[in-house]
Amino acid sequence: MSAHPLRGRAAIAGLGITPQGKVYGQGAVGFAVDAVRMALDDAGLERSDLDGLLLNPGLTWGDMGMGSFQLQQAMGLHNLRLSATMNLGGATAAAMIQHAAQTIAAGLCTTVACVFSDAPLKPPAPKGEKQSTGAAYAFARGWEAAYGFFGVNAMYALVAKRHMHLYGTTQDHLGMVAVAQRKWANRNPAAQLHDQALSLEDYRRSRWVVEPFHLFDCCLVSNGGLAVIVTSAERARNAKKPPVYLWGMGQGHLGGDAADTLASGAVIAKEPAFSMAGITLADVDVVELYDCYTFTVLVTLEDYGFCKKGEGGPFVAEHVTGPGGKLALNTGGGQLSSFYMWGMTPISEAVIQLRGEGGERQTPKHDVALVSGNGGVLSTHSTLVLSRLPA
Amino acid sequence: MTTPAATPPPKPLPQISPEMAPFFAAARRHELVVQRCGTCHTMRFPARAVCSQCLGRESEWVPVSGHGEVFSIAVMHQANHPAFAAEVPYAVVVVALDEGVRMLSNVVDCPVGDIRIGLPVEVTFDDVTPELTLPKFRPRRGA
Repeated sequence: MSAHPLRGRAAIAGLGITPQGKVYGQGAVGFAVDAVRMALDDAGLERSDLDGLLLNPGLTWGDMGMGSFQLQQAMGLHNLRLSATMNLGGATAAAMIQHAAQTIAAGLCTTVACVFSDAPLKPPAPKGEKQSTGAAYAFARGWEAAYGFFGVNAMYALVAKRHMHLYGTTQDHLGMVAVAQRKWANRNPAAQLHDQALSLEDYRRSRWVVEPFHLFDCCLVSNGGLAVIVTSAERARNAKKPPVYLWGMGQGHLGGDAADTLASGAVIAKEPAFSMAGITLADVDVVELYDCYTFTVLVTLEDYGFCKKGEGGPFVAEHVTGPGGKLALNTGGGQLSSFYMWGMTPISEAVIQLRGEGGERQTPKHDVALVSGNGGVLSTHSTLVLSRLPA
Repeated sequence: MTTPAATPPPKPLPQISPEMAPFFAAARRHELVVQRCGTCHTMRFPARAVCSQCLGRESEWVPVSGHGEVFSIAVMHQANHPAFAAEVPYAVVVVALDEGVRMLSNVVDCPVGDIRIGLPVEVTFDDVTPELTLPKFRPRRGA
């Protein structure tokens, strides 16, 4: 079997992560500019080297039309050969990298910045009124507000409850995901919850948000920006940092009601991605899964085949996913304990691990990483297989 | 009320799209209706302009039994709107109607802790204002 023509053709050459979390003073556009500038610096490239710009606008980009053009203007970029504003929710980041890689392989452009930014958190009020950090995600859809149905938390809760009902997934199973990821965050100085330990007891005692989700089942809504520079494998080898090669890619969007499928699009995205990469699960050293909720991690583990459908709970209950466990999963603490930049969070941690920049949390073997992106309520899905090794 | 309290703000009235208007019009008459495709006769809810099964554009609203069971439940512990502050924790449910469609709603006349997946329910009508009635569900007697 001959290798897929896209295998290893493109690489991530630069990574830019702005300060994350309760960071104020600028809006989504400003964070995006900072992130791209930092990613260029990281790669040792100039603004003038960019000929492509892909933007995943966070919530506070709002209805700003043609966001990638707005960002181009804000950054003074000229003569781009690729520009798009993309939105598949949390699956966008990996999808942008796929789009960039395909366009580069086709010879239509050479160097693409892919960026996400958002600024949903407002500065603390002068009188100290408490504001929910997730307020931006607590929107209601039309008539559903009349029934008190608000927010993404509640939409996911309805699906998680079905999983618990059908498969016997327990509250502690969800909690074990949160606990394992916090242990990774405790080794990541950049994680927002780096200094806060979390035991299963702490998890059980934490307040409910929407049952079956406690506070620590939900991601850390964050202000900030995150960008990567995608270029050809050849160009990436001349960058300042070691290249992270794109070995495989795929997408899967199941349609229908997630409360029925109880599955992510990983069930169909994995096949083309693994086939292109020429790997099986056994070849994966580092796993960075989209973790808007603990529940999302359980489902995604099942869908990539780490365990059977419905057995995500017992799988994490064997404590195989924390530091020192069998599976290096969400090694920076993820969206639950580090920061929430939609699909950029898992990608950025994969880049850090593959480069060997993980410090105290660095996994001993870090040749191949599996990355997932997930948008909506298990509505959209994207997969990347990344490696520090050329294809 | 034993303590004087500020009157909570009114609950948000539903933003009723033209597609959903017949549902709320029927609710005012204390009838529960769902949409049915005029071509392939698949029932659907909430309303859509086009049938996702056959892409047919014709549709009608037909009465349903109002019987079903709780398909899933989310217990809201945060008030995302001040009108619900006094009610947390409260449950939002998805009801699977006997006719095969699902409906987001609330279960009334039942403690939150007793609402479980599989609970048999029947429709009841909450006359919120003279203009607005919300179909809700209560545990089905004798089920």
